[in-house]
Amino acid sequence: MEKEGLYRTLHALGILFALVVILFPLYWMIAASFKTQDELFSIPPVWLWAPTLDGYRKAITESPILHALFNSVIVTGASVLLGLLVGAPAAYGLSRYRFGLRKHIWFWYVTNWMLVPVVILIPFYLVASKLHMINNLLVLILVYQVFVVPLIVWLMVDQFRSVPIALEEAALLDGLSRFGVFLRISLPLVKPGMAVSAILSGIFAWNNLIYAYILTPSDQARPAPTIALSYLGGYIVPWTKVMASATMICAPVIIGGIIVHKYMARGLTLGAVK
Amino acid sequence: MASHPQAQAAAGTARGVDEGLDRPSRLERAEPWLFIAPSLILLLAVGLYPILFTAYMSTHNWVLGMGAPTFNGLGNFVDTLSSEEFRASVGRTLLLLAITLPIELALGMALALALNAQHNKVLRTILQVALVVPIAITPAVIGLLVQLMFDNQLGIINYFLSFFGVGQVDWLGTQVLAYTTVCIAQVWEWTPFVALVLSASMATVPPEIEEAAILETDRWWPRFKRVQLPFLWPGITAALVFQTAFVVKQFGMIYAIEKGGPGTATQTAMLHIERTAFRGFDIGVAAAESILMLIVSIVLAQIYIKVFYSEAE
Repeated sequence: MEKEGLYRTLHALGILFALVVILFPLYWMIAASFKTQDELFSIPPVWLWAPTLDGYRKAITESPILHALFNSVIVTGASVLLGLLVGAPAAYGLSRYRFGLRKHIWFWYVTNWMLVPVVILIPFYLVASKLHMINNLLVLILVYQVFVVPLIVWLMVDQFRSVPIALEEAALLDGLSRFGVFLRISLPLVKPGMAVSAILSGIFAWNNLIYAYILTPSDQARPAPTIALSYLGGYIVPWTKVMASATMICAPVIIGGIIVHKYMARGLTLGAVK
Repeated sequence: MASHPQAQAAAGTARGVDEGLDRPSRLERAEPWLFIAPSLILLLAVGLYPILFTAYMSTHNWVLGMGAPTFNGLGNFVDTLSSEEFRASVGRTLLLLAITLPIELALGMALALALNAQHNKVLRTILQVALVVPIAITPAVIGLLVQLMFDNQLGIINYFLSFFGVGQVDWLGTQVLAYTTVCIAQVWEWTPFVALVLSASMATVPPEIEEAAILETDRWWPRFKRVQLPFLWPGITAALVFQTAFVVKQFGMIYAIEKGGPGTATQTAMLHIERTAFRGFDIGVAAAESILMLIVSIVLAQIYIKVFYSEAE
């Protein structure tokens, strides 16, 4: 029994240590966003201070962060919607039919997720330049499909497989077409899984830097992650402003991540863990 | 998410339904394609076509703004493979893999074991939620946080280290330490992912087998090795392959720390190719470099498919 108690204490201490390591940077970012530059860089650090919104005020008035967040919402939202629009039927097709190329299509979707971004970035840049579509958000929405569609398809194949086939057969006998069955019977049943895959792929779309950095460099078009980097040029980095922007950029993905935390591992391994 | 046997049963019946039809009509054979076609067309356009375009460019001599592309066969590949800078950048990517993968696996395993232990339910739940933070947070922001926290004079990390008698460490100023810092950040960002994957596969060990093992021996190590480990291999392999992809694709975090610097200390293959293409505008060479990296990632994807596709079926 004594040994049991020791285990429990060590286990608790281990977890507490891990929590500090994992969460301290997040705390430091949020804390910095409510400090003044002097408070942020005082040694020893200040642990209690009167919070100021100065960093946020500067970020909002001196940089296009709000507009960039708006761009991010548009790009992420549209990418996920387009991904669902083509991905959900594909997942249904791959889970409900057996046909020769099924495996190959699956393989190919895997490869897309592993793709090194520069391979597609160069042609996208050249074509977009030629069509005068640099700084056009539509280009980002299209290029993000490379990772959004595979992620959605994998997660939803798993979901559709869990829908009882008897339910679909009954609906088919009632005279519903295959597409009708998909739309009216199966899709409503996998709504929770669809939401999870939407949020997961949305996190990746939101966080992307390299595509946005090259394809939408103007202040009008850039999404949020590129903004935080734009303050770094000068001799004195306005750190409180940077951290205020960083907090605003990360808030949506962290909240989204917490909502789907139970499915995170499963989602990211694309069903490898069964 | 669906429980495993149920999903298997559903897949089994689906197979039965289609094989039940003696001779599918042409329309029935076209049916799956109607569902799949939109995604297929989209991915052909944004995924495959650009790769072919890049492959074509890689056989051409073309610096943007300096005339039309001219064919030069495998010249770019010869240049690329003999370029000291490119080889060094690939070396940095591979070294980053070699350093971070074992550490992430070891720490991830420790966290997974902690998550799946019996004690301290509340703490375990908090940990499970907290693990999502490094995965979800924007990589470019991680890079900025590294700059702030690892600053040699004003950073909080050196302040903490001063309690242990460690003097001011110039984390981002020297080549070796800057590279070390990137390794630390990479481990911080992706270890939680390994932990969650391993924890999910630990949950697949049937409880009755685990109970039988507890009756057999009360020593932890043989139990772990004989009972849990066999169930962990798919998860371990998944974690390794995905970590590999995350390292090869990493851009935002490293770029935000010091754009590959100081000098070229943290310039991985991704950053090097980005520089060749969009700072030097040498499209031909950059295309050849990215085709070489594509080959690396295809090899990795093949390993992934070999190990898992059979697993998932």
